[in-house]
Amino acid sequence: MVSQSIKQAFASVVGNDNVMDAEADKHSYSYDAAVLDPVLPSLVVRPTTMEAVGKVVKLCNDNGLPITVRGAGTNLSGGTIPSKGGIVLLTNALDQIIEINEEDMYAVVQTGVITAKFANAVAAKGLFYPPDPGSQAASTLGGNVAENAGGLRGLKYGVTKDYVMGVNFFDVDGNYCKSGSKTVKCVTGLNIPQLMVGSEGTLAVMSEFILKLVPPPQASKAMMAIFPDIMTASRSVSAIIANKVVPCTLEFMDNFTIGAVEGFAKVGLPTDAGSLLLIEVDGHPGQVAEEAEKVEKICQENGCTRLQVAKDAVERNKVWEARRAALSSLARLRPTTVLEDATVPRSKIPAMMEALDKIAKEYKLTIGTFGHAGDGNLHPTILCDRRDTEEFHRVEKGVDAIFAAALELGGTLSGEHGIGLAKSKYMELETNKASVLFSKRLKKALDPNNILNPGKILGD
Amino acid sequence: MADLNQMLKMLGELDDQLVNCMRCGMCQSVCPLFAETGRESDVARGKIALLEFLSHEMLKDAKAVKDRLDKCLLCGSCAAACPSGVKVVDIFLKARAIITAYIGLSPVKKAIFRGMLTKPALFNNLLALGTKFQGFFTSPVNDIIGSSCSKLLSPLLGDRHLLSLADKPLRSIGNLNTAPGKSGLKVAFFYGCVVDKMFTGVGEAILKVFKHHGVGVYMPIDQVCCGVPSLASGDMKSFEDLVRMNLKLFGKGDFDYIITPCGTCTSAFHHVWPLMGTGLSQAERDQIEMLAGKAMDINAFIVDILGVSVVEPAAGAKKVTIHDPCHLKKSLGVSGQVRTVLKANPNLNVVEMSGSDVCCGCGGSFNLQHYSVSTKIGKKKRDSIAATGADIVAAGCPACMMQIADMMSQAGDRVAIKHPVELYAQTLG
Ligand SMILES: Cc1cc2nc3c(=O)[nH]c(=O)nc-3n(C[C@H](O)[C@H](O)[C@H](O)COP(=O)(O)OP(=O)(O)OC[C@H]3O[C@@H](n4cnc5c(N)ncnc54)[C@H](O)[C@@H]3O)c2cc1C
Ligand code: SF4
Ligand code: SF4
Repeated sequence: MVSQSIKQAFASVVGNDNVMDAEADKHSYSYDAAVLDPVLPSLVVRPTTMEAVGKVVKLCNDNGLPITVRGAGTNLSGGTIPSKGGIVLLTNALDQIIEINEEDMYAVVQTGVITAKFANAVAAKGLFYPPDPGSQAASTLGGNVAENAGGLRGLKYGVTKDYVMGVNFFDVDGNYCKSGSKTVKCVTGLNIPQLMVGSEGTLAVMSEFILKLVPPPQASKAMMAIFPDIMTASRSVSAIIANKVVPCTLEFMDNFTIGAVEGFAKVGLPTDAGSLLLIEVDGHPGQVAEEAEKVEKICQENGCTRLQVAKDAVERNKVWEARRAALSSLARLRPTTVLEDATVPRSKIPAMMEALDKIAKEYKLTIGTFGHAGDGNLHPTILCDRRDTEEFHRVEKGVDAIFAAALELGGTLSGEHGIGLAKSKYMELETNKASVLFSKRLKKALDPNNILNPGKILGD
Repeated sequence: MADLNQMLKMLGELDDQLVNCMRCGMCQSVCPLFAETGRESDVARGKIALLEFLSHEMLKDAKAVKDRLDKCLLCGSCAAACPSGVKVVDIFLKARAIITAYIGLSPVKKAIFRGMLTKPALFNNLLALGTKFQGFFTSPVNDIIGSSCSKLLSPLLGDRHLLSLADKPLRSIGNLNTAPGKSGLKVAFFYGCVVDKMFTGVGEAILKVFKHHGVGVYMPIDQVCCGVPSLASGDMKSFEDLVRMNLKLFGKGDFDYIITPCGTCTSAFHHVWPLMGTGLSQAERDQIEMLAGKAMDINAFIVDILGVSVVEPAAGAKKVTIHDPCHLKKSLGVSGQVRTVLKANPNLNVVEMSGSDVCCGCGGSFNLQHYSVSTKIGKKKRDSIAATGADIVAAGCPACMMQIADMMSQAGDRVAIKHPVELYAQTLG
């Protein structure tokens, strides 16, 4: 519980209306999209100016109050679950697109700008901001940077980190700091913008970003390739890239997911198919035609039983409809959806799928897997009911096993969802003691009182 | 009054629906209220979480949950966009009934729902009195929209720009019961409160359409409110009273369709009555099921049943833009038919506005309780309409028509607000 005088101090900075301390309001900020237990904050504040953000951070530090920044709260690793008794700082009022510069192809934005709104504003100016996490309609750019979010276009266009040129932020004392530049090249000082990427609110409170923009591709072609099993699909993925074609999207769906999508969205997928790939190539029209043909040929040579190339925008949309429906179709099958993002080198996808199969059997779990085959980023999705404690216990065991398997195959704990609370316990498994210690020292130096999103990434 | 434990038990029965929410937050991207306030408790995810915490006794303050639950347009945008298929509006309606049973209905609402809506004779007389005297209290502000404002009543009504009550309600036509004509069809006409008392022109247009196409009409004038406003306030008793009164008139089902000019009324028959009428007898529930199968929006009827289709626009056609009412598009899936109905009039040129299916902010009694947020949402709708440069805006829901009229009138726009069926009826001799 914070005292009345501290509450008053926050209110004098952000205004009475922007401080919430009613039980019901605090409960609204006790959870995020991760399936973890809620924790009640003691106060929720919603600054509407940058100045106020700095003052809020300083107030927290001066009073030793843990502070958890919340964008849209769509992260899947518990990153916005507050610390007990801590403060939640909402960024969604800081939603100005300050500049979209067409000449130098960059944009300056505030942290609370919604990703899809930004991408649309950029597209309206004839430019392109590629990172497109599945949550982009709701997620904020600040959340994207803090999680280093990726999307369907990661394979060819990279992820959020590839577009962050500069980050302005408040340090734990509430001082306003700048890093990076609007120039393409910038080696002034430490590479602080990239230090901030993926920091999940543990090092500073970010306020504005300079983001790189690129010219949009002139043409694109989408297709759906159907395979009898996972092996043939994975072989095709490797062969496409070995043949020096880098599709902008290369998505994978297993048999279970195909069945779920067909059952719910009815987009005409063959439910007996072992797996399918959704592929899109883009770029110059000539190159697109050539690459599409190559991809088609490679898939056929590697055992694809049917390949459908979208002839126009309507058909292209149909291809993506299937992919977009994946999570929702799975989510409708059971009450609780545990979406993971274990990632392996793409050549190891068959081995990972085999491991998932074994895990599902061993722990008696229903797992549907889809994801970004091009970058080995799979989304094994466990369907369960979190109210069934026995079942949920098996789920937790299964999740442990999934990460162990990914690491064994030379993969990583998280391709895009971050570590947060959910995976901090595995950190040493992927790295080692020294690396975790290094990060802890860094954190200690920047946040001596350990108030910036404590417990996230590095544990307590 | 129910005790706390009983309420928790009832909330617990909702649990199966509540747990389907995976807290993904995607509803934030479509909730018109969240867009204004940025508060998690205003969007579906936050409300569902609160209900879950309350039902598991993790949260004590039922009144606070009710306040947050009540702050919702019930527009269904969240449900339509939810990847998990959470039946958000169903949950909210049920939860409102449960929590209201526990806390009790506010005296004002009690007076309106129990004292007026369910006593149609009294209600109609009061309104008739209002109609007589409205001219003394209000002054006209916009002749195209037909709105006025009232300095005298502003403590009650704020700065709203209101449409007048009709001189004579639609029901003054008297009971209708005509035989099927050339179409071979007979329909029941459920006009709904607002069309009866304010937009009588919409009712007349519909009767003209029926006549033109040779459709027999059964229109009993003892019909009462569909009950959604009572239910939205958690007043289950008034809701069930109203349903029973209507079932007495329509329960025999000796017609092919029951047609309404209002997305909310149609979705009430279609969806809300079957869902909520659990306190009713089996015989009554059978009648409800029958009505659910026959209920149809007038636009859908004109296109899907009467087969009216598009014609070429004539030279000098007026520009009309379309607002897609939430209940019409999001819960009934009627939007293409509205466009066809308008394009069947050669004197109209349809221009789409951006975000035609974004809620106008009315939300029934939401507008009364949260007028300032309601207005903020409504202003955005007004801006989208104004940006099209249209002469007319068509909306297939009388409540939306009222809200849009208020917004356009306050902005001083000279844009007429019409129900699509009025514009279609203009083409009929
Ligand atoms: C349906 C669904 C699909 C998804 N698809 C993808 C996907 O394709 N790819 C992907 O990468 N992720 C995906 N995610 C995960 C999630 O959407 C992303 O991690 C997203 O970037 C989170 O953004 P947010 O605004 O919701 O951030 P939040 O969840 O609010 O916050 C995330 C973290 O960032 C911190 N943070 C936020 N703003 C700041 C700031 N200004 N300063 C410091 N720290 C800050 C928070 O403290 C927290 O630790 C998906 C999630 C869902 C629910
Ligand atoms: S979109 Fe649906 S599942 Fe997601 S948070 Fe909202 S109600 Fe819950
Ligand atoms: S019904 Fe409408 S206002 Fe209410 S939570 Fe859903 S989207 Fe928001």
